[in-house]
Formats: sequence, structure tokens, C-alpha cells
Amino acid sequence: MAECHPVGFQWVMEAKARGATIIHVDPRFTRTSALADLHVPLRVGSDIAFLGGLINYVLSNGLEFREYVTAYTNAGTILREDAADTEDLDGLFSGYDADEHGYDTDTWQYEGTVAAPAGGQRDRPSKRSSKTAAKSETHGSGGPSMRGTPEVDETLQHPRCVFQVLKRHFARYTPEMVAEVCGVPPEQFTKVAEAITRNSGRERTTAFAYAVGWTHHTVGVQYIRTAAILQALLGNIGRPGGGILALRGHASIQGSTDIPTLFNILPGYIPMPHAHEHLDLASFIEADAGTKGYWGNMDAYTVSLLKAWWGDAATEANDWCFDYLPRLTGDHGTYNTVMRQLDQGGGGYFVVGENPAVGSANGGMQRRGLANLDWLVVRDLVMTETATFWLDGPEIATGELRTDDIGTEVFVFPAAAHTEKDGSFTNTQRMLQWHHQAVEPPGDARSELWFYYHLGRIIRDKLAAAGADGGSSADDLDRPVLDLTWDYPTEGPLAEPSAQAVLAEINGFGPDGSPLSAYTQLKADGSTRCGCWIYCGVYADGVNHADRRKPGQDQSWVAPEWGWAWPANRRILYNRASADPEGRPWSERKAYVWWDESQGRWTGHDVPDFAVDKRPDYQAPPDAIGPDAIAGNEPFIMQSDGKAWLWAPAGLVDGPLPAHYEPEESPLRNPLYGQQSNPARETYDRPGNRYHPSDSEPGAEVYPHVLTTYRLTEHHTAGGMSRTLPYLSELQPEPFCEVSPELAATAGLEHGGWATITTSRTAVEARVLVTERLQPLVVAGRTIHQVGLPYHWGTNGLTTGDSANDLIAISLDPNVHIQETKVATCAITAGRRPRGPALLDHVARYRVRAGIDGGDQ
Amino acid sequence: MTGTMDRVRSAVGAGRSWGRTVTDGSSSGNGHRSGDGAPAQTRRRRRGGGEQPMVPDAEFTSYYGRPVVRPSPWTADIPAYLFLGGLAGGSSLLAAGADLTGLAGLRRATRATALAALGGGTYALVHDLGRPSRMHHMLRVAKPTSPMSVGSWLLAAYGPLAGAAAASELAPAVLGEGRAAAVLRLGRAAGLGAAGFAPAVASYTGVLLGDTATPTWAEAGPYLPWLFVSGAAAAAGGAALVTAPRGQSAPARRLGLAGAVGELVATEVVKRRAGLAGEPMGQGRAGRYARGARWCTVAGAGLGLSVGGRSRLGAAAAGALLAAGSWCSRFAVFHGGQQSAADPRYTVVPQRERLRPGT
Amino acid sequence: MGFFTDTSVCIGCKACEVACKEWNHVPEDGLSLTGMSYDNSVGLGASTWRHVAFIEQPVAPPGPLATPTGAAQPGPGGAEAMSFRWLMESDVCKHCTEAGCLDVCPTGALFRTEFNSVVVQNDICNGCGYCVPACPFGVIGRREEPDHDAAVGLAQKCTLCYDRLRDDLEPACAKACPTESIQFGELAQLRSRARDRVATLQQAGVAGARLYGADPHDGVGGTGAMFLLLDEPEVYGLPPDPQVPTRRLGRLWRQAGLAAGTMAAAAAVAFLGGGRS
Ligand SMILES: Nc1nc2c(c(=O)[nH]1)N[C@H]1C(S)=C(S)[C@@H](COP(=O)(O)OP(=O)(O)OC[C@H]3O[C@@H](n4cnc5c(=O)[nH]c(N)nc54)[C@H](O)[C@@H]3O)O[C@H]1N2
Ligand SMILES: Nc1nc2c(c(=O)[nH]1)N[C@H]1C(S)=C(S)[C@@H](COP(=O)(O)OP(=O)(O)OC[C@H]3O[C@@H](n4cnc5c(=O)[nH]c(N)nc54)[C@H](O)[C@@H]3O)O[C@H]1N2
Ligand code: SF4
Ligand code: SF4
Ligand code: SF4
Ligand code: SF4
Ligand code: SF4
Ligand SMILES: [Mo]
Repeated sequence: MAECHPVGFQWVMEAKARGATIIHVDPRFTRTSALADLHVPLRVGSDIAFLGGLINYVLSNGLEFREYVTAYTNAGTILREDAADTEDLDGLFSGYDADEHGYDTDTWQYEGTVAAPAGGQRDRPSKRSSKTAAKSETHGSGGPSMRGTPEVDETLQHPRCVFQVLKRHFARYTPEMVAEVCGVPPEQFTKVAEAITRNSGRERTTAFAYAVGWTHHTVGVQYIRTAAILQALLGNIGRPGGGILALRGHASIQGSTDIPTLFNILPGYIPMPHAHEHLDLASFIEADAGTKGYWGNMDAYTVSLLKAWWGDAATEANDWCFDYLPRLTGDHGTYNTVMRQLDQGGGGYFVVGENPAVGSANGGMQRRGLANLDWLVVRDLVMTETATFWLDGPEIATGELRTDDIGTEVFVFPAAAHTEKDGSFTNTQRMLQWHHQAVEPPGDARSELWFYYHLGRIIRDKLAAAGADGGSSADDLDRPVLDLTWDYPTEGPLAEPSAQAVLAEINGFGPDGSPLSAYTQLKADGSTRCGCWIYCGVYADGVNHADRRKPGQDQSWVAPEWGWAWPANRRILYNRASADPEGRPWSERKAYVWWDESQGRWTGHDVPDFAVDKRPDYQAPPDAIGPDAIAGNEPFIMQSDGKAWLWAPAGLVDGPLPAHYEPEESPLRNPLYGQQSNPARETYDRPGNRYHPSDSEPGAEVYPHVLTTYRLTEHHTAGGMSRTLPYLSELQPEPFCEVSPELAATAGLEHGGWATITTSRTAVEARVLVTERLQPLVVAGRTIHQVGLPYHWGTNGLTTGDSANDLIAISLDPNVHIQETKVATCAITAGRRPRGPALLDHVARYRVRAGIDGGDQ
Repeated sequence: MTGTMDRVRSAVGAGRSWGRTVTDGSSSGNGHRSGDGAPAQTRRRRRGGGEQPMVPDAEFTSYYGRPVVRPSPWTADIPAYLFLGGLAGGSSLLAAGADLTGLAGLRRATRATALAALGGGTYALVHDLGRPSRMHHMLRVAKPTSPMSVGSWLLAAYGPLAGAAAASELAPAVLGEGRAAAVLRLGRAAGLGAAGFAPAVASYTGVLLGDTATPTWAEAGPYLPWLFVSGAAAAAGGAALVTAPRGQSAPARRLGLAGAVGELVATEVVKRRAGLAGEPMGQGRAGRYARGARWCTVAGAGLGLSVGGRSRLGAAAAGALLAAGSWCSRFAVFHGGQQSAADPRYTVVPQRERLRPGT
Repeated sequence: MGFFTDTSVCIGCKACEVACKEWNHVPEDGLSLTGMSYDNSVGLGASTWRHVAFIEQPVAPPGPLATPTGAAQPGPGGAEAMSFRWLMESDVCKHCTEAGCLDVCPTGALFRTEFNSVVVQNDICNGCGYCVPACPFGVIGRREEPDHDAAVGLAQKCTLCYDRLRDDLEPACAKACPTESIQFGELAQLRSRARDRVATLQQAGVAGARLYGADPHDGVGGTGAMFLLLDEPEVYGLPPDPQVPTRRLGRLWRQAGLAAGTMAAAAAVAFLGGGRS
């Protein structure tokens, strides 16, 4: 965190100064470790075992926050008879389909209910195609929805209740097992377990912060699930000082999931509809309409969105233009797209504010894909490797590609940086903060807003013209574009569309055209318009609440008047859980939101995440639906049972509970189960992307070490924003790898010398830093060496060098299609790598030795 | 790769203890050699050419062997000026003496030498500036805390006088013997004036170097003026032996020999009193110059004593050697200082000694 | 005014180095990997006015974790999994009360400002270079490159952001520091804050916490930039007992006077023996 979120880390230091204990769990000793009270080095890819060990420690010592767990989690809920756990199936859950490499999740349901993820799933053409359809869109920002009321055993004794299943599932995650899997000695593990449990309960809360060290795995989502289960058991959710904090990436990467740049969700986590016949809006939301929780109002959110986009053209008669929405025909994720570029070729590609030639896994495939296009648009601040792959890319150097043979027409548009345009950043706290333009963009540089607004305007004009003279495009096909509300006021010398106007549209308007102030006002009757329901209220009363800058010392410690956080300017989600079932704070020290009997309403330091006048003792009438179906003591209002899910009956594609699986490439056999790695992971075993043998499989010894990639404070991601700047380049002027003295000795690496790191994909060279910050780990009786490699370098800029991503294979988490960039196996040798075609031979020789050459070229 | 990397690599080789490396003057010291990288053992042998080490190599820590203080950015211009300034000063003294004792030939020669040396020295000073065009800023202020400021004003006073004295020598040629007498009287006044400043010109440079954080210069500070005036005498005497008519060179020889003796003694004192910080004077470039200085001076003195009086050529040779000795000794002091600044040992160890309770 | 740099909370992010260069237009100072841990700017100089040192260091494992209720264990005292620590320290010009650089400057280019900081006037410095060896901390340097740079040939160092101070802004480095490792303010206040902080750390058992430059009676009359260090000064490349050279000046001038007199006398004597041989 100190490395990659230095500004945020100031609060960790503040907490430490106030007595907090800081524990850093990371394979490497980093700048964060240097300031932590305890650094726990563990093997990359093994955190589920580590966190599972903590869960087991809590359960087997009865250290869970009982009242919280019984009242607010699904611990007591009874599962179906035919639900089978990894304990029963040696690492698989029930419903696994070996051909599909996927699960049928029906058996994961609660007894007597049918839970389906909010939105999307029932909309899938069929379960069969679940592999071809992207999956993460099958649930919204809350969990799935559910029909019927599950059976609950308040005593948590029922053998099939979630709590008992959980106990059995994690029973084998003992300190000894943790040591064997993670290489963390039992004493150290116990230290962490004691510190965390001692610091949780009524009086105290513990927070977890994570970033991509936890997510870039084929089991990334389940990493976070494990932490969620632990935090729920300890009562650390919905309470001050608790939670699981996702430290996000690019400024506003949070914003780009809320109002998605993702292919499979619509604004506000409304799922993207799939392509199949006779799907109308009603059937699209049908599964949710009439169920419990705030997703029960998905019709209102969706209709308001359609009204925002197609305005008066969207009428009840034409189903609010629901048919204008594009449809999913499969996984259109970035890696699948690259495969299509490679296999089918042709087509165009917009690369906006991204540098996949350096930043995405398997750089070689990325660039070969680019070389297969008809045209490529790159919008960036600088000339990135993605824009110049055809000129000086590594494949040109090896002769794999010849500039003359590349037909891709490349258009590079200079982009305006955030200082050169108005806009908002949404940070990890879901807080929007407005930034104002400081200077006009230089030369031809323009904002994204400018680019897409004017592009759309021109296209619409052309279509309209074509339509006017009765051309083919009078055709209905053009209506979705022609009917769009595309009337943003422009300002300034460059005719820049007003970003405020866009924010206002996102916030939404009521029947009288005045700004809405809360998503609870949204209607399904077409009377309201809202570009993103969760952002509704950011522009309440026509005021840009994201632009508020009231200093901390001038307001309460929750600082509600700094920026604006979705939903409803709530700073902590599910904060009703900070009070006990009767609505009293769990403890004075941790009081946050509570029920005020005298006023008959919820009050406190934050905006209550609950219907303000709903009494704690409110019990929903049996026929209640939507929010009304949530009882007064059910804080998790987005969940269709109002509870935090220890066991996830739906919403995940790779298991209702986390289980430790080895990475795609691992020097070990999975010590916990017969199942080596995540059975539902997405792989592309093909030339150019060959996976290394693992454990004792023949050839595994060719790539004996573990490789992990990461960031340096001094550089930014794929380097476009740092390698081009002298003041940053001089601070980390050359690519390097970090190795332990022990590995340096065995591999003959010299401090300051060169090393060549080889995988089946390619070999890269880097200078060597021999440092005790990396330590060999003893796991399963073997010494494992880990090689650390920052991934910031490429061929352009002031400091250049080989890209770590050229080494990494594409293998993905099945829930969110994130690449496993944190773990691979590799070989490391002293000296520089071969040049030109000789590099290809070098890499091929390794593949042949490992028996994975399969005639690749 | 960079010298730094080499250093660190060897530091790492020596137990990989990074910035914390504890040096005991033997092998692991390599990691901390910032100069020529000579292994410490060799250095110990070299130091004082086989004598007992005057200071036992103490343990010390440093940041990757990086210097603590910064060596001056000065180049050869500065030691050259140290020599030339001294030569000018010494020559002005001889000139004055010669003038008063009626040794016209010696007077003419030494006044000329003084002017030439002054010219060369001034050129060196200007040339060494980062912004030569701003030489005159030296006279913006008069700052007693700045030996360089004091020196600038000294030169400002001394230079014109020495120049005038030398110029007056042209009078006979230009105006003819008769009318030249008046000018020569002015020349005498100027020459005596110059001689008044001359010793200061020769000695202030010792303060200039002494008033720095450069270990060798700082420790040797109090003795440097002595070393420098001796060198000035040796150089001036030597130069006069070369340039003055044989019959008139006796005072020059005496001054030169006195200077030579003084220089040898002062050098010895510096070495002994400067303690550890004297060490670099015997090492690397400084060491080579020091040995050269010693050899030239001894040879020059010997020759001066034996044949100096009788053979014109011998006298000239002796004079040249004395001057050369003085030149080398300035470069030895200069490089000794630069080397001492480049190696953290000479900053850290003495300061640690100071801090040690009871010292 | 001055700095208190608390290295126990420094996260080595180098924001101070970058902010300094951005504000003061200090040129890039070389693009080579040094192998000195994460330090690639090596040290203070004409083109590096803030420098963050990185020291990877074996240490004896400290005590148990702080209990949630117990006192904080601030600073890198923890991280005990490895008997190892990573020290980071942001170094800067000390703005000495008795400043060697200023004392010896012959042109008056270096001067003491109304904030008691020591600043070079670029339009007056003639690049004589005397201030460079006169600094007991090796801070100031003469800029030699890049060729086109306006300050080539001039002595350069931290100005304590003189221009910002005059506009009531704190120095750029302190402003940028996310963890308040760099604190700017009134020296007296900073001194007492530093004393409190070091006491806290020592009582928390943080190995080797100490103050540096906070003593007005030290060899430079106290500095305008004090530090809380976790090891001996020389580990960070700082002199353990800095002395301003000009304190020796009187003695030096006396010796110079005697030497000059002796030289004059020697010359006189040389003529007593008569001219002709
Ligand atoms: N200076 C700087 N800041 C940045 C960025 C940058 O490039 N530079 N990038 C931004 C972006 S886009 C993002 S996503 C964030 C990422 O922020 P981080 O996730 O902090 O960045 P990384 O360095 O990629 O990974 C963090 C750590 O994960 C560790 N790690 C690897 N595998 C594992 C594992 O299996 N378990 C555990 N416990 N740790 C593991 C690595 O050793 C590394 O130290 O940073 C953001 N901030
Ligand atoms: N091996 C390995 N690979 C990784 C990771 C890893 O940890 N290890 N991390 C992954 C993660 S988390 C991420 S986020 C990616 C990042 O990978 P990328 O996003 O591909 O790399 P960036 O350099 O962040 O690309 C952002 C580009 O946007 C440009 N830019 C900045 N502002 C603007 C703007 O306003 N408009 C436009 N049009 N362009 C702008 C910048 O100049 C820069 O070139 O890398 C991923 N890849
Ligand atoms: S770069 Fe921006 S987002 Fe990242 S830590 Fe610094 S200030 Fe925060
Ligand atoms: S530290 Fe050096 S440069 Fe800074 S004021 Fe003191 S003497 Fe001058
Ligand atoms: S270099 Fe400039 S600042 Fe330094 S002493 Fe000379 S004139 Fe003064
Ligand atoms: S005070 Fe100003 S000049 Fe000095 S280091 Fe900080 S930023 Fe740079
Ligand atoms: S900005 Fe602060 S925390 Fe970052 S390196 Fe500088 S002093 Fe340390
Ligand atoms: Mo990211």
C-alpha cells in the first residue's frame, strides 16, 4: 500500500500512531513492510489457505462474534441435501460439469428456495452456454435474488446449516497446513490470528486492505470471498474501522465499473441482456420484480436508464426502447477479443487510455493480435508501445513480424489529461470528487468527452442525411443511434461538452425535469430519467455534490461534506450492522448508526443504510416484496435474504465457498485437495500461450522458480505516464529483478549484473538486485525461490527495457476474467538474453525440454 | 556500469551488508573504496611508504561508501595558482631586496618573474570559475570570513604594484637612461609596496584550503601556510637561479635553499600532525606528486649547495628542481585533499574519535 | 523556519524529491541504476536538493506486537518476521546556523534570508566553487550539466523554497510528503515536537531512535533541518560530528601571519650575506 497508494497510506500511518497494529502479508518485503509491525512473507497464490487458516482458527476456538453472526449472516440457513462440499468431492463442489469446466449452481441453493443472481442469469439462453457467456454480469451490485424463505436454525447446530458446513469445510486449514501451503511458520501464523481476533468483537474492529496482489489470480474472486467470510464471522462489516478495502487502481477505476467500461454490465451494475429471442424488458427483470431487497426495484432503475438514453423516444409502447440495447453473444472480454484478433483477424480496435502491448498478459499475443487488425485507434497522452508495435515491437526485433507485412492502419489521437478537462474521479470509498480544468489541452489533444460527443454527433448527422434521402439507412437499424439523447451543451474554444451536464444526466431528472435527489424516487413508469441509479443524488438540487471541499476539521469525523459517495452519500455500506438487532450500538466506542426511539428513526454519524423509519422490530408481511420485504433486523439490504453470505448460494461460478487451489503454473501439488487448480478457471492452451507443467509433472523442473510481478512507487503501470518523465525515470532508471541471496548464489547471479528470465512464452532480461527483502520459503518440505519483477517497462520512453508481461501466460479467473499476472513459474540464468531470431530458439529449447513445444512457432 | 554499482557489488560481495558495512581496513573495505579502489591492505603498505601506520584503521560505517563531504569542483588551475601565487610573492620579495642592495640584474629578473607568475595565476583563477565573466564579483564584497575574499583583495592590491614595478623596468629602454631615473624611483616605491603584500599573497592560500571541510586540508590547515611560504621561497629562489645573472644569484640561492628545507620540514609536520587525514597525501595521485616533490626538492637543494655557486648550468638546474619540487608539493596537497573528501573514512573516523567519551 | 524530518514514518515514496524538482526546475540528474537498494539519485548535489536514502539492514528482532490497547509501536521497529529492516531518510540542506558555505562565499551570492535559511543568488554567484568543500555535510554543489541549463557553472542547493515562503506557502517537499515525515515550521516548536517523538519511540523500544541536528551547541550552531534517525548518522551518509570550518579561522590566520613574517625575514636574511658569490 505504501508502494502503490502512498497518499492513502498516510491514514495507515495515522492509525499506527494511534495504536493500531499494522500487519503486511506479502511475498516480498516492500516499503509497506518497512513500516508495518509485522511482515508475513508467504508464497504467491496461497492466501486462501492463509485466510482459511484464520477462519478455522476463529471457528475452532469459538472466537466469532456470535450475536452478529447469528443475527446478520446466513450461518443458520439450511442447505440442500444434495449440496456437496470439497470435503466430499476432494476439491470439487457439487454440480461440476467436466466438459463445460463449469458448475451448475442449483445444488448450492438454500433448502426450499430458488436463488438466482440478480439480473442476467435466468436471461441466459441456457446453462449449457454458460462457458460461452460471460458470467460476471449475472449478478448486480448486491447479491442474487431469491424466491421463498429459507429454513434457519438459530442455534447453528443443524448439520446442514451453513455454520456447520463452514466448520467442516475449513477444518483442514490448520496452522500446520498453512505452513505447508504458504510457507508461513505456525508461530507467525498464530501471532496474526491472535492480533486479528483480539482486535475484533463488540469493542474493536479490524480492517483488511487489498489490491491486485489478491485479485490477479485464477482464484482472485475467491481470495476476496475468504476475507469476506472472515470479516463477517468477526463482525467487521458495516461497522467503523472494519470492512474489506479494495485499493483500486487507476484514478477512477471504481468509476469505470460503476458506469462501466466493461462489456457485461450496464450503469449501476444492471446486467447486460443476452441475445436470444422473445426477451422483453418484463422478462428481463421478471426474476427480480417481486423479490426481496433493493434489487426488487431493478425495473425502476432500468426504465429510468432507458429514458435517460432515449428520452421521449422511449415509451411504454416500444418497451422503453429495451430492444435498442445491444445484446451479449458471449464473452467479449479483452482476452477473448485478442483471441478473435489472432484467429479471425480483421476488424477495428479502440485502445483508449490503455497500453495492452505492455500492460496486458502475454504481450506477444497482444501485439500479434494488433498486427492482425484492419485498423487501430489509440487515444493516449503519449506515444505508447501499443501505438508503435508495428515499428519497434519485440516481434519486429525477432523477425516474427515484418513492418511491411502488417496491414493494420493505426490512428493515434492525442488525449487531454485530467488537468486539462473537467470531470470526476470515483475512489475506492465510492466517493466522487470533482476536478476542474486547469489548462487548455495542448495542440490537437482533446478529452474523451469531446472525442465521443463529436464522433457521435457526426455519425448521427451522416445517418440522418442518409435517412433523409431515403437511403438504406431510413432503416430501423439506425434508430438506436438517431433516437439517442445527444444534446449536451458545449463550451469554450474547443466546443468541449459540459461535463456538469453529463453529471446531471447521470443523476437523473424527475417528471418536472428537476434533478432527482435519491434513487428511491426512481419509477418504472417512465416518469423519471437516470443515467446511473446508484449515482442518483450526486446532483441533487442542481448542486454538484462531488465538488464539495469542506475541510475535515470543519465537520464531523465522517466528513460527509467532502465530495459525495454513492449510494446516497453513504460512507459505510450496510451500516445498519453497526447496531445490534434491537438497533442499539454494539458498543459506545464503535457507535455509528442507531435507532432513536424518541424520534422513531435511524440516526447516527453517517447516512443510515436502511429505510430511516423502519423499526428494528419490523417484520415483513409474507406478501411483502422489494425493500418492504427486508425485516428491521436485516442490514444487508441488497441481498435477497438481507443477510451477509458466508455460503454463496449463487453469484459465483467457481464455488459457494473458497477453497485453496494452486495457480495455473505452480511448483507444488495442491496439498489440500486432489483437485490441483481452480476447475472453472479460463485457459487458452495454444501456441504462444503454453502453460508450464506443475509440481512433479515431467518438465516442471525446466521452470523451477516462482515469478511474481508488481509495481514500483516510481513508475505507473505500463509506463506511459512515468517512463516518459525525466523526474520519475531517474528514480528507477532500468528494469530489474529482485532475488534472494540464496537464489543469487544457486543461479550464479551477480548484484548489478544481468539476468535472463525465461518462460515458455519468451525470455526477458533485467538487472539483478540481490536483496534480503526476498526470502526463499520452505513449503511442503521444499525450498521455493521467488523472483520479483516490476512490469513497467517497454520499448518507448526515457527508460526502456523488456516487458514482464511478455513472460506471462493468459489464464483467467472465471468470475471476472482477470489474468493471473501475479504467479507464473520461470527459469532464471545469469547474463543477457539472446538477440533477434536467436531469442526464439532459446525459448523453444526450453519448451522442448519441458515437453510443451507442440510445434509452436 | 557506474562506479557506484561496482562499489556496491563489492560491498555486497563482502558479506552483503549494504550501507551498514563495517570496515576494518581489510578486505570488506573494498566495498567502500571510492577512489582508485585500491584494496585497503595495499593502502596500508603504501601509507608512509612502509612505516608503521600512524593511525590504526578504525571501524567505520558509511552509506554505500559514498563521500560525506563533497570534494571541491576545482581542477589543476587551483594547485597551479597556489604555485604561481607563491612564486610571484617570493619573487617580489627578492626583487625588493635586490633593488635595495643594488643587484639590478636580479631585480629585473625577479620583477619579470613576479609579473609573469601573477599573470599566469590570475588566468588560472579566472579559468577555474564556473562563470569566468563574473570574476569581478569577487570584489563585490569584502568578507573577512572568506579567505578567498581576503585573497582577492590582496591580489587586487598586490597585482598593480607588482605590475608597475615590472613595467618600470622598461623605462630605460623607452625613455633613455637619463629620464628613466624618476620612473625607476616610482618603480622602487611600487616594488617595495608589492613586497609588503607579497608574503601574505604567498601564505593566505594555506588558510583558503584550511578553511574547508575537506579532511586533509582541514587537519593540515595550521601548517599549510608554512608549507606554502616555504614552497614560495623555494620556487622564487629557484626561478631566480634560472633567470638571474650568475653573479647576483646568491640571495636567491640562499632563499631557495631555506625554502627547500622549510618545505621538507613542513611536509613532514603535516604528515604527522594531520593524523589519519594525512594518509591520502601518501596515496594515489597525491602520493606520486608528494614523492616527486620530495625528490626534486632534495635534489635541487643538494645541487644548489654543491655546484650552485660555481656552474651557471648547475645553478639553473638546481633552481629548476627547486621550483619543480614546489610545484609538485602544491599538487600533492591539492589531490590529497580531493582524495580525502572522496573517501568517507577520513570524515567519519576522526569525527567518531572526537565523539568518543574522554577525547 | 526549518524542517523536522522524522525518518521513522518515511515510506520512501520520493514525492519530496519529485516535488522539489518540479517546483524548482531542477534538471534530471542521471539515468543509471546504482544498486544502492531503491536509491538511484545517490546523494544531494547541484541537481538533487532532496535525496531519499534507502538502507537494507539486518537487526535484532524487536519485542512482541503492540496490543490494540497498548502503546503504538511506531516506526519500522516492527516488521520482525525477518530480523531485518529497511531504513528510509529524506535528506536536505541543513541551513546551518553557522553555515560554512555562506561564510566562505567571496561574492556574497550566498546569503541568509529573513527565514534564517541559506540561499544562493544565481545572478551573483560566479561559480568559484569555494562553498562546495566548505560544507561539512557535502550538500551544495556546482552544476556542471546539462549544457543548456541556465544554472550551469553556478553553485546550487535547496533554497528552503524561498519563493514559496515569501508567498506564505510551505516548501514543496513538505507539502508533498504524504506521511508528514517532513514537517516544516518554527524551529523551536519543531525541536520540542522532535523530542517528544523520539521519547515515544524510545519508550516503544524502537531500535536506535535519536535526534540529529537538534542541538544548538553542535559544531554548526544547530541546523535548520533536524532529523529523527534510527541509526548512527553515518549510516545515512551524514557526518557524526559536523564542524563549520570557519571556527578554525582565527587560528589559521595567526599561523598565516607568522608564516608570512618568517618568509619576509628569511628574504631579508638572504640578502645580509651580500649579493655576490
Ligand atoms: N506508484 C504506483 N501506484 C499505483 C500503480 C502504479 O503503477 N504505480 N498502479 C495503480 C493500479 S492500476 C493498481 S491496480 C494498484 C495496484 O496496487 P498493488 O496491488 O499494491 O500493486 P502490486 O505491486 O501489483 O501488487 C501488490 C503486492 O502484491 C504482492 N503479491 C503478489 N502475489 C501475491 C499473493 O498471492 N498474495 C499476497 N498477499 N500478495 C501478493 C506483490 O509482492 C506486491 O508487493 O496500484 C495503483 N497505484
Ligand atoms: N504483469 C502484470 N501485468 C499487469 C498488472 C500487474 O500487476 N502485473 N497490473 C494490471 C493492472 S491492475 C492494470 S490497471 C493494467 C494497467 O495497464 P494499462 O492500463 O494498459 O497501462 P497504463 O499505462 O495504465 O495505460 C494507461 C494509459 O492511459 C493514458 N492516459 C492517462 N490519462 C488519460 C486520459 O485522460 N485519456 C486517455 N485517452 N489516455 C490517458 C496514459 O498515458 C497511459 O498510457 O496493467 C495490468 N497488467
Ligand atoms: S498517484 Fe494519485 S491516486 Fe495514486 S497515490 Fe498518488 S495521489 Fe493517490
Ligand atoms: S548544509 Fe552545507 S550547504 Fe547547507 S547551509 Fe549548511 S553548509 Fe551550507
Ligand atoms: S560558488 Fe557561488 S555561491 Fe559558492 S562560494 Fe562561489 S560565489 Fe559563493
Ligand atoms: S525546501 Fe524547497 S528547495 Fe528545499 S528541498 Fe524542499 S522543495 Fe526543494
Ligand atoms: S515524501 Fe515523505 S514519505 Fe515520501 S520519501 Fe519523502 S519524506 Fe519519505
Ligand atoms: Mo489496476
